Amino acid sequence: MQRNYTIKNAAEEHRIFFKRVVVAFILILVLSSGLVLRLAYLQIVGHTHYATLAKENSIKIAPLVPTRGIIYDRHGRILADNVASYTLELIPEQVPKLDDTLARLQTLLAIPDEKLEQFREQLKRNKRFASIPLLLRLSEEQVAAFEVMRPYFPGVDIRAGLVRYYPYGELVSHVVGYVGRINEQELKTLPEENYRGSYHVGKSGIEGAYETDLHGKTGYIENETNAQSRSINVVNENDPVPGVNLYLTLDVDLQKTAYDALAGYNGAVVAIAIKTGEVLVSASRPGFDPNPFVYGISGKAYKELQDSESQPLFNRVLRGQYPPGSTLKPFVALAGLEQGVTSFHNRMFCQGYYQLPNSPHKYRDWKKWGHGSVTMNDAITESCDVYFYKLALALGIDDMHNFLRKFGFGEKTGIDLLNEKPGLLPSREWKRDVRKQAWFSGETVITGIGQGFTQVTPLQLARATATLANYGKVVQPFLVNRVLSQGVTMPATIPSEPMLPVHPENVSNIINAMINVVHSSRGTAKKMAPGMAYKMAAKTGTAQVFTVKQKEKYNEDQIEFKLRDHALFIAFAPAEDPQIAVAVIAENGGHGGTVAGPIAKKVIDQYLGVTKNAH
Amino acid sequence: MPIDMHEEEFEAHSWLGNFLRKMHIDIPLMLSLVMISALSFIILYSASTQNLDVLLKHFMRSCLAIGLMVLLAQVNPHQFKRFSFGLYGFGVFLLLAVLIMGEFGKGAQRWLDLAGFRFQPSEMLKISTPMMLAWYLSEHPLPPKGKELLIAIGLICLPTLLIAKQPDLGTALLVASSGAAVLFFAGLSWYFISGLTVILGALTPVIWFFLRDYQRNRVLTLLNPEADPMGKGYHIIQSKIAIGSGGVSGKGWLGSSQSKLDFLPESSTDFIFAVFAEEFGLFGCVGLILLYLLIISRCIYISVHAQDTYSRLLAGSLSFTFFVYVFVNIGMVIGILPVVGVPLPLISYGGTSMVTLLAGFGILMSIHTHRKLLPT
Repeated sequence: MQRNYTIKNAAEEHRIFFKRVVVAFILILVLSSGLVLRLAYLQIVGHTHYATLAKENSIKIAPLVPTRGIIYDRHGRILADNVASYTLELIPEQVPKLDDTLARLQTLLAIPDEKLEQFREQLKRNKRFASIPLLLRLSEEQVAAFEVMRPYFPGVDIRAGLVRYYPYGELVSHVVGYVGRINEQELKTLPEENYRGSYHVGKSGIEGAYETDLHGKTGYIENETNAQSRSINVVNENDPVPGVNLYLTLDVDLQKTAYDALAGYNGAVVAIAIKTGEVLVSASRPGFDPNPFVYGISGKAYKELQDSESQPLFNRVLRGQYPPGSTLKPFVALAGLEQGVTSFHNRMFCQGYYQLPNSPHKYRDWKKWGHGSVTMNDAITESCDVYFYKLALALGIDDMHNFLRKFGFGEKTGIDLLNEKPGLLPSREWKRDVRKQAWFSGETVITGIGQGFTQVTPLQLARATATLANYGKVVQPFLVNRVLSQGVTMPATIPSEPMLPVHPENVSNIINAMINVVHSSRGTAKKMAPGMAYKMAAKTGTAQVFTVKQKEKYNEDQIEFKLRDHALFIAFAPAEDPQIAVAVIAENGGHGGTVAGPIAKKVIDQYLGVTKNAH
Repeated sequence: MPIDMHEEEFEAHSWLGNFLRKMHIDIPLMLSLVMISALSFIILYSASTQNLDVLLKHFMRSCLAIGLMVLLAQVNPHQFKRFSFGLYGFGVFLLLAVLIMGEFGKGAQRWLDLAGFRFQPSEMLKISTPMMLAWYLSEHPLPPKGKELLIAIGLICLPTLLIAKQPDLGTALLVASSGAAVLFFAGLSWYFISGLTVILGALTPVIWFFLRDYQRNRVLTLLNPEADPMGKGYHIIQSKIAIGSGGVSGKGWLGSSQSKLDFLPESSTDFIFAVFAEEFGLFGCVGLILLYLLIISRCIYISVHAQDTYSRLLAGSLSFTFFVYVFVNIGMVIGILPVVGVPLPLISYGGTSMVTLLAGFGILMSIHTHRKLLPT
């Protein structure tokens, strides 16, 4: 084999090699310095920046949701409870194929489309790696069905938690209220920090008014997590402060009696303990079952409640505004006495109607042929309208307005609930400002019998009655017992004028007249007296819904039910040492004495009976 | 009569020294390798979240690799020279085999199943390519010119392109650089080097065209990792967070939160340097780089003292390629080079690369310990 041998210069090759090695080594040193420089840049200059990122990477703060306070009635019966419930939750970032997963979950657990829409709504405004509830209150079967398939649903989990339950349902639905899912609007106003992890917020009633106290303070747990957001190690933990347990002044038994007694009518019953202002009964009928609201009531069910003619969602106690009718008369009478316009024994003549000078309009009395010559006592006992037409005119709208205002008419009672309506106590100024009209004498006339513009809420009426029974010492109604409910932060309302400037002898006279309403043979509620073990002071009332034309006669049977008069009744007992004041409104109930009176009597009977047993 | 020559500083006549000399072990290189190997166990313990299983496997691979190193140290460099062509040819044949089998399989194919052993032919080329180049060039006058140069370039390109086709860009680049290093040490003219640099620069768009999508993405990601933080940029961002959060002094051993909490992917393999940087800080990093430089210095020392051109070129290339490994891996982890699958030499978990590296060190030891006393 031919081979080409070339002369190799070993020394020269070695020299070249050595030179190249030096170059290579310098290159190596330069490149290494580059690495070190870059490292120095990352670890010195960028250290703070990357350290922050590292912490954000690995430390996840999870909220510890406090247990919501339980709501009890005055005897410790639970009105709003927390019960265990399973929630299906989903962390969108951890779900590989969201649409596919949702579709599979829907088939597996039979989730209604509506829930998925709700979920997608929430998805839009969700924080990274925060879980979103997909389905609340899973049944045992659903939990089991999911658990079997769990490996196929990464990012989906079942959380055991506590959810609100209202054992008394519609009975206390308005006063206790309910919690519901936090909506878009609430999300903006609620303190974000404290509601991290909370799905529910009190929407109405006590649940709404005492939301801050009931909710408690959210704690947090700082978890060191891995990239899959699984907790590795607890770094820091701050326990949540559970919500305050609220003890209401409400008596569920009494409430039930009132609510049942109201059966057949829409209306409201309020009972207040006169000495304290504790609200014993706050019933609005019809009620509704608050439990579906907790889990997100279906649109259809909600619409049904909304559109129902009987307005079950409407809290009549607080927001129902009715003409007080004759129940206003004792207060107008007291105004007459206090203003010195008349005296208790002064007589006025009732011929069945009243006419203003130079006016053909007849203001009728309910008794067509008139009551004849009546004193104030007679006028209250028999509910003579003409007497009060004349008294109102003698008082004038200004004095009458100013006096009635002191009893809280036309303003919110300040009870510890939200969205109370103030009612309306008309005045010359009010009409000028709101109606842009001058005040007419005729309007003064009908204001004297609680008709016209005047509107009161059942709660106002009960409060005014209690204040009257308390000889002018203002009764401030409230629902939460602050002594028992330790830790309540919501301030109590204190009436601005705790003692009204009224003369006890005048009040005494009015009360006597109100006793006669029940216990005299001429009283408008005399049918209630037989067998009554105590003395009751009361006033019946009938509020017109439908104005009878001048020549026509009001005939109950001919008028459509919903246009019938509202039946009103205010009462307190025992008359000599008043303990409980009650106001009843039965919508379209007709005569107060017949329909509303017996409802009040049942409540008072039971209350006084209970208190007797207790002593 | 040939006698083995050793360094004066390790002249101590302890029984261990004698034994190691008999075993053709270069003591300074061995010492620094033992040091870095001990370090690798320490880091791996932390990076694998204290997984003793991983450590055990790493230990077994280390033993295997050291065994191979010691075995190769016994072989006379002349034997390497003799087998250079054969090994290269066999390697290229295996690459072709892998490629053809890949056609029948699906997608990327790098492995060859040899009697149950998974064998990566491209690893073999990391050593046999410089061997081939050193043999070919040492047979001709240096510096290489004309026909020899063209053939040498062809010898580099053949395995490089075959490996790039697998596709394994990282290994292809390492193989190419190991061959190029031989050319460089052989005295390739500076005109040629600068000319080649210009041509390669001009060809960049063409190379870009031939890159696969994922390879392009890696380059793009390097330029702007924040563009897709949860996707392609994730590796680099998380790696930088881990390194940067380590600061100057680090979070301490076992104190790396990023890698341990799975934020950092491949924390035991390609990205182990980030774990090290997070736990030991800038001081640790500088120390590690110095340790690598110590090894490289010793290797270069060996190559400078090699007695024939073949040994010199091969030793120089192996030394330089070792540095390229270190630089490419650290450069990728700290975000100045694109992500290519190159492990951190001697530290990353994973068998093949360590076996290849230690085989290289075995050859270096062989070159150094088989020198003959030459008449001066």
